[in-house]
Amino acid sequence: MIDSEHYYDFSASTPPYKEVIDVVSDLMNNYYGNPSSLHRKGFEAEKLMKQAREVVATCLHTEASHIIFTSGGTESNNIAIMGCARQFASRGKHLITSRMEHSSVYECFQQLEREGFEVTYVPVDRTGSIRSEDVIQAIRNDTILVSIMQVSNETGRIQPVEAIGHELTRHPRIIFHVDAVQGAGKLPIYPDKAGIDLLSLSAHKFYGPKGIGILYRRPGIRLKPILLGGGQEFGLRPGTENVPLIVGMAKALRMGTDKLVANRQHVAHLRQSLVEQLKLVDGLILTGSEDEEDMLPHIVHFCLPGIKSEVFVHAMESAGLYVSAQSACASGEDLPSRTLMAMGYEQTLAKSGIRISLAPVHSLENMQYLAESVARTWRRLKLQ
Amino acid sequence: MEEINNPIIMVRMGEQTLKGRNRHRFERAVLEHLQWRLERFPHVQFEASYGRLYIHLNGESYIDIAERISRTFGIFSFSPVNRCELSLEAIRETALRLMKSLKDKPTTFKVSVRRVNKDFLHDSQSMNNLVGGYILQAIAGLEVDVHTPAVELRIEIREQHAYIFCEIIPGLGGYPSGTNGKAIVMLSGGIDSPVAGWLALKQGLELEAIHFHSFPYTSERAQQKVIELAEQLSCYSRSIVLHMVPFADIQTGLKELGNETLLITLMRRAMLRITTELGRQRACKAIITGDSLGQVASQTLPSMSVIEQAAGMPILRPLIMMDKQEIVSKARMIGTFPVSIQPYEDCCTLFVPKSPSTNPNPSVINRLEQRAAWLQGTMDEAIRNTVTVTITERMARETDSYF
Repeated sequence: MIDSEHYYDFSASTPPYKEVIDVVSDLMNNYYGNPSSLHRKGFEAEKLMKQAREVVATCLHTEASHIIFTSGGTESNNIAIMGCARQFASRGKHLITSRMEHSSVYECFQQLEREGFEVTYVPVDRTGSIRSEDVIQAIRNDTILVSIMQVSNETGRIQPVEAIGHELTRHPRIIFHVDAVQGAGKLPIYPDKAGIDLLSLSAHKFYGPKGIGILYRRPGIRLKPILLGGGQEFGLRPGTENVPLIVGMAKALRMGTDKLVANRQHVAHLRQSLVEQLKLVDGLILTGSEDEEDMLPHIVHFCLPGIKSEVFVHAMESAGLYVSAQSACASGEDLPSRTLMAMGYEQTLAKSGIRISLAPVHSLENMQYLAESVARTWRRLKLQ
Repeated sequence: MEEINNPIIMVRMGEQTLKGRNRHRFERAVLEHLQWRLERFPHVQFEASYGRLYIHLNGESYIDIAERISRTFGIFSFSPVNRCELSLEAIRETALRLMKSLKDKPTTFKVSVRRVNKDFLHDSQSMNNLVGGYILQAIAGLEVDVHTPAVELRIEIREQHAYIFCEIIPGLGGYPSGTNGKAIVMLSGGIDSPVAGWLALKQGLELEAIHFHSFPYTSERAQQKVIELAEQLSCYSRSIVLHMVPFADIQTGLKELGNETLLITLMRRAMLRITTELGRQRACKAIITGDSLGQVASQTLPSMSVIEQAAGMPILRPLIMMDKQEIVSKARMIGTFPVSIQPYEDCCTLFVPKSPSTNPNPSVINRLEQRAAWLQGTMDEAIRNTVTVTITERMARETDSYF
């Protein structure tokens, strides 16, 4: 564990690998040229960026020309969704997504509704999953975009994006966007093969730096840029490229990909053990699917009836453990979780969600201590 | 190419084209090339047999290996195969397992049996029925269609084993790497010359490459581009020796001769002289260029005739009768196109005259060159200052440690 702290919020952000920090710092010192400059300093920086693009492409089993560097998951999602809707508005104004998407997806659709687009929100079942049949049934002649997350950032429920991608190959004019921010480095995803047209990733979720991300774009798909400027990143993300962060991200993704299988096995063990122990805690309601194949091993999510998530988070913190209420991006609001509401939980329950996110650094002993702490804190708060 | 759990790839070498004593040599060349190409897959084992090569994957990735095979010259086609012992039961079981493993469940199929081993009990015709009938019974909803089957289940009965497969992937054809001697290709950085180099490789030539650059007037990016083109070409060969010749001094000298319309002719002749000299040093027997008849001023018949007089060895022009569209589609197939279209200045686009001559006068050229007494010395110096690098598919870079 990091500094003997009990950090269980890896889905909010991960500590960068030490190797990544070293590379970023080395490059900030030595490769300060602007990749667009004609001289050698620019050329050196450009070469590094090019290599980073190749490394990222290899990890995703695709080609370098399909990789766009962005400032992170939110920007990737915005470029993909807003760019696609505005580019193809003349073809149709119907969009499909779900109500449990991350805010950086959901709010784009809310905005597009205000701009005159029509959005179908496919239903989410009690286990936190949408069904590919519902997506296919929602398709109309004027549908231009489908956006579904790979894994719920809140519950860890895996969504059937590959099945949807396969079905959508029969509708070549519909663009398929997948927000893979939570799954990256944990669940393999190969957009070329999975029928995915646009895919968003964020480096700080896979032990890379914050402020940098990836948008995969299948060639031939034109997006209307939401930022205007000097034409960098195929005109979709203009602005001087942050070469150190880009290289650091490529390194993190490469390291994570190399260790993916082993890490996943270990974390799956951790999850199994934690879930078994939490099942014994009276009154605690585990969310998601019973079948562990349906769940990202890195996330355990539960509700504590009658206790607001924030209260529980702080109570855990005072015991030295860091867990999360909803997702970090929404946890400041005193609103019920959009995801839990979509899953059919009633309001007070939907305000009591707790997310624990695990990582390869954790051990089985950690799981025991964690489960005990959850049970103890819950008992204490319940009595009050 | 579907990822299947297939332990063996059967590689068919160009049986039709290779005859007589050369056949053995060519087959060995393909084997050696693949052994080298697949070096990074330590568990792969090779088994050579008459006109065939069996590659045992032993757990290595089919997709990655198939990709390398599909980039190897001298291969007619290849198939992922299942091998089993020579008995009806084994063949039936293996065939059924294969049919069941197909990802897109076929609705129709047919069986094609080739019995090379005439000692095998059942002949081809009865094997068709024996295996086909067995599979029909075992898989519901499957029908036989002998004319347009969704899947053709092929069975080859050979001396030791039977081979069962559904897929035949065409190879690149051509001659195995290096079986026709060695040549040097003039690589400009444009679309055409890499395609010319690729066709030379396909014809079994071992390849070196020469590039003329005008650094410091042009960007280092132009040189990087040529390195990447050579990297791409080397995916189809073992490695490519690339000579980077500094050409700026020769170019500015020739410009000072003052005859702008003939500048390109003079430059091309100087390049051919240097290429001849370097080619001889490296035991190359021909020069390959990307000339395509009439495409630019230096590629008209009169221009080529004046230019080629400066060469001391045969010039081969694989693209001479191809139009731009054909060349571009080949470049896309090879993978050099996206590199070629990067917009960096190279030595040929520096000091381009407004109207280069399409019909240069040989005696004027000779007179101009005689006046340039400095030329030989400057060319010798360019050769001395040439940087030579060996390019392989993916060269280690100094920046690798950052990743």
